[in-house]
Amino acid sequence: MALEMVSETPQKSPILLSMQNINKAFAGIPALSSASLEVGFGEVHALIGQNGAGKSTMIKVLTGYVKSDTGAISFDGSPFEARSPQDAQRQGISTIYQEINLVPFRSITENICLGREQRRYGLLNWAAMHEEAQKLMARFNIKIDVRKPLYEFNTATQQMVAIARAIGFKAKLVIMDEPTSSLDEREVSVLFDVIRQLKHSGISVIFVSHKLDELYQVCDRVTIMRDGRTVKVGELQSISKIELVASMLGRDVVQVAKSATAFGKRSGKIGETVLVASNLSAGHKVQDVSFSVKSGEIVGLAGLLGAGRTESARLVFGADARRGGEMSLGGQSHHPRDPIEAIARGIGFSSEDRKVEGIIPDMSVAENLTLALMPQLTKVGIVDEQKQLVIVEKFIKRLGVKCNGPDQRIRELSGGNQQKVLLARWLAMNPKLVILDEPTRGIDVGAKAEIQLLIKELANDGLGVLMISSELEEVIEGSDRVFVLREGRSVAELSGKQITEAAVMAAMAHGETEQAL
Amino acid sequence: MKKNSIIAALSSQGVLLALALLILFGWLRYDNFLGLFNISTVLRYNSMFALVALGMCFVIMTGGIDLSVGSTAALGSVVSALFSTQGMVVGTLVGVGAGLIVGILNGFLIVRLKILPFIATLATMLAANGTALLLAHDETVSVSYDGTFVNLGQGDFYNIPIPALIAVLAYAIGSVVLNFTSTGRSVLAIGGNEDASRMMGLPVNRVKFMVYVLSGGLSGLAGVILASQFGAGQPIEGVGWELFAIASVVVGGTLLTGGVGSVGATLAGVLLLGLIFNVLNFENGLGWISLSAYWQSVIRGLFLLFVVILQSRLTLRQKQA
Amino acid sequence: MSDVATDTHKLAKSFDATQFLTKYSTVLALLALVIFNLIFTKHFISVQTLNVNLTQVATIVIVGVGMTLVIATGGIDLSVGSMMAISGAIAPLIFLGTAVHISEIHLSVAVAMIVAVTTAGAFGWFNGWLITHFRIQPIIATLVLFIAGRGIAQVSTNGNLQPFKLGEFQWIGLGRWLGVPVQVVIMIALVAIAAWVLRRSLFGRQILAIGGNEQAARLSGIPVARVKRWVYCISGLCSGIAGLVVIAINSSSDANLVGLGMELDAIAAVAVGGTLLSGGRATVTGTLVGALIIQLVRYTLLSNGVPDDVAKLVKAALIVLAVWLQRQSRA
Repeated sequence: MALEMVSETPQKSPILLSMQNINKAFAGIPALSSASLEVGFGEVHALIGQNGAGKSTMIKVLTGYVKSDTGAISFDGSPFEARSPQDAQRQGISTIYQEINLVPFRSITENICLGREQRRYGLLNWAAMHEEAQKLMARFNIKIDVRKPLYEFNTATQQMVAIARAIGFKAKLVIMDEPTSSLDEREVSVLFDVIRQLKHSGISVIFVSHKLDELYQVCDRVTIMRDGRTVKVGELQSISKIELVASMLGRDVVQVAKSATAFGKRSGKIGETVLVASNLSAGHKVQDVSFSVKSGEIVGLAGLLGAGRTESARLVFGADARRGGEMSLGGQSHHPRDPIEAIARGIGFSSEDRKVEGIIPDMSVAENLTLALMPQLTKVGIVDEQKQLVIVEKFIKRLGVKCNGPDQRIRELSGGNQQKVLLARWLAMNPKLVILDEPTRGIDVGAKAEIQLLIKELANDGLGVLMISSELEEVIEGSDRVFVLREGRSVAELSGKQITEAAVMAAMAHGETEQAL
Repeated sequence: MKKNSIIAALSSQGVLLALALLILFGWLRYDNFLGLFNISTVLRYNSMFALVALGMCFVIMTGGIDLSVGSTAALGSVVSALFSTQGMVVGTLVGVGAGLIVGILNGFLIVRLKILPFIATLATMLAANGTALLLAHDETVSVSYDGTFVNLGQGDFYNIPIPALIAVLAYAIGSVVLNFTSTGRSVLAIGGNEDASRMMGLPVNRVKFMVYVLSGGLSGLAGVILASQFGAGQPIEGVGWELFAIASVVVGGTLLTGGVGSVGATLAGVLLLGLIFNVLNFENGLGWISLSAYWQSVIRGLFLLFVVILQSRLTLRQKQA
Repeated sequence: MSDVATDTHKLAKSFDATQFLTKYSTVLALLALVIFNLIFTKHFISVQTLNVNLTQVATIVIVGVGMTLVIATGGIDLSVGSMMAISGAIAPLIFLGTAVHISEIHLSVAVAMIVAVTTAGAFGWFNGWLITHFRIQPIIATLVLFIAGRGIAQVSTNGNLQPFKLGEFQWIGLGRWLGVPVQVVIMIALVAIAAWVLRRSLFGRQILAIGGNEQAARLSGIPVARVKRWVYCISGLCSGIAGLVVIAINSSSDANLVGLGMELDAIAAVAVGGTLLSGGRATVTGTLVGALIIQLVRYTLLSNGVPDDVAKLVKAALIVLAVWLQRQSRA
């Protein structure tokens, strides 16, 4: 009887992986503080947390991408240290990344066998390798021609190939980083079957995902991280979705939070509707999204990572191609082919990724600030530098940009000041609508408050603001209306007093606003 | 999906089809087009380009480029000519050795100093050219006809030109290496996705180093054949060879971004581009029209254009998928 | 608050030193070369020496101006030499009356120059079209014209040498203006215009923005494709002008030789001049200085008895050194 108990309850199985007291700081800023993670044999373990919570650093430490400052890792009964991802792979830990790390033009066989090829007479034994690949794929009930190049297959199959590769390398632990982010429902269920199979053959899985429903379908236990710490560990079935969201965001579900942002009370008047977007769809991530923005209004787009917020906003700006849906701007049909058109109609867009899509590092503050305004600053092709200087100095002063002067290169500024310049880039052209994607990400507390105040002022002056933020306080306290997206669909519209943490979290978790607690 | 396969097939098999059509055209239209003399002349001459293109093929498959092949060949020809009195073996060894040195230098600049392949090989192109001129005292270096050296380029083996035999052998070995060794597969994996290859634990740096050394060595060998075939080491030959080689590789369906490639198709690419010249000669020989030989570069360029556009469609589609 | 002030001040100070070095290293190198020559090379300080060195670099710099702009967008143009050959082949066809006959000689020369340079510009535009429309890597797209372009030039002249003796045309390569060779005047004018465009005009800003961060440029409403097409077109125009200068100096046009290897010389000048090869930071005056350095190194070596072939080795080392230094200062 007792014996049976042990074999039937996976949570009591011995520990495969144990990471304890992991500390890691980048340039003095802690990314992990005493974080821990434990995974049992044959367990599917969910690892969740907001952006910057430390889960990816944790995985990087485990797989030898970065070295932890302090901490102990044991794996399969002995101390463990990986010098590199390859080393981790050799020792039985394989990672399957969100961006599939395989070679698209090569055959499935090669993608599975590269690095441990079978040889005969010193030459590669293709017959044996094809057979092995075929066998591995057959384990997932996938019968395909393994000689064909990888790119001919859909993402789901490519993922199976990555998993097959891991199994081929005799992995004991497979880490899956948001494996379902680009799969459709049917493909997800195939993937889950595979994960269950892995589990049955005693292989453990760390499953990183932001789609909460999925966790309940396939995971045994969960570790929740926030601000570099492990904040909650437990059996998944005993934790409700709303509790998961609350721990991820660091909120007490019952307690009403005090004001934590600089938004405060609003005084401006909300005017006419500027933008209406209905039933937008594009790619995998945007299925059916609708929202609207009025002048003088701050509209928050809330949702977990991968809910399709940024992707929806980019459609408004013409940065990506739209598949379906309608948009109108100021009452007129709005379907921009490129950002030039959107900008001409008075839309600004500040990207979530300052480095990749925002700043031009080698250009000066002045040049960065006036980049979108340039056509208006030029006469017969010549930049009016007097006029530029007036505008630049006005905005440097108004936004409190700390720099040595308009000619300093923007790469030398702090994140917060870079962000201010980028905001000014759009404000300078006097827009009707600005889209702010994560306007306060990665900047220090002081600058954050300044930017929040500024956003409020802008709205008070009659600008329509569409704000995307992963920080719940920002959305709740800053927005006049909130649209909640969940897995590519808008699931709730909240305004005025309806905007509460509980309501937003409930919508993020369940897709409905009624409170779970 | 299906359209993808068609384009992929077209860009890999298209060159064989084009080559077959061109040969058929030549055979039907001209007397002696498939005669022993013409075939052996075409093969003998193009075998040098074939060797250079083989090395280039490997370099391009890793996603790199080697602009130094032409001057490396010229250097090889000069060095081997200087040593031609010592016979075929010594002449060949020193010529290939000179090429290897350039290749090692390329590998060092690209892998260790992390200089863009394009710039690094541009510099070594200059350096090899300078060295060749220096060793040759700015003129062609006559080859000794006393020894066995000239046999290498001018001799036949059962009516087959020896340079052609060398090229075929090199391509056979290259094909085996590419398809049946883990190094060969690593070459393609690196070109397809260098980061992924590192993650997969492949020896990325070592393989990249090796392809440049290989390219240098093969260019040196091409230089040896050049010297032996034309009886002189030629320090200023080899201008534009690199581009001819790149064009052959691309026309052969090897993706310039790396990751896809075929040794056999590269050989077909060399022959195709070489035969265009040959066909022009025959056409002029007919006397009906007088197409100048200069049309060959225009036609080569158009071929390249066609293939490159085809490839860009393929990669765009692949990215969108 | 004062903390912040001193911090940024410190930052600025430490930066200035590196900025000074990276900004002026090429000029300092040029100065060092001049001083070396003043001391060791006989007859260095003469108008003739100056003119010899300037005319040597003129065509390289003229092409280098276009190349600098192309590289500033993060691209490359291998076809410059071929476009020189095309321009050099077309002009004599017109002013010698082979293709069209215009009796008024000045008109004829003017038409010849305009048609030749415009044709080269059109081919450059074609490069840009390939690159933006099909998203082909610049190195490959321009390789097409590198190969086909010279063929086009050869075909249009049947590969024949076109000799001529025509003062009305040849002033562009042989004439003088206030004692300065006309080609040098053209070079300086182009450098000045391009440097000004890069610094002050909308177009210059757009070029640098694209090279600095193409995605950010696109999201800021810069017409990336259009700017790129223009840049390649300009590179073609510059090559066209250089082609005319070369045939004027030679008193003949040989499609097989005009502009041969020019792409390498131009790229070398740009790289040594301090333009970032990955784009986003460019200096046209730097390209001039770079070309002068390469030329002066060669001149120094030659006039001190070192063979030209060794000078090539030194040039190769210079390129590697310049690029390597660039990498170090960025890292």
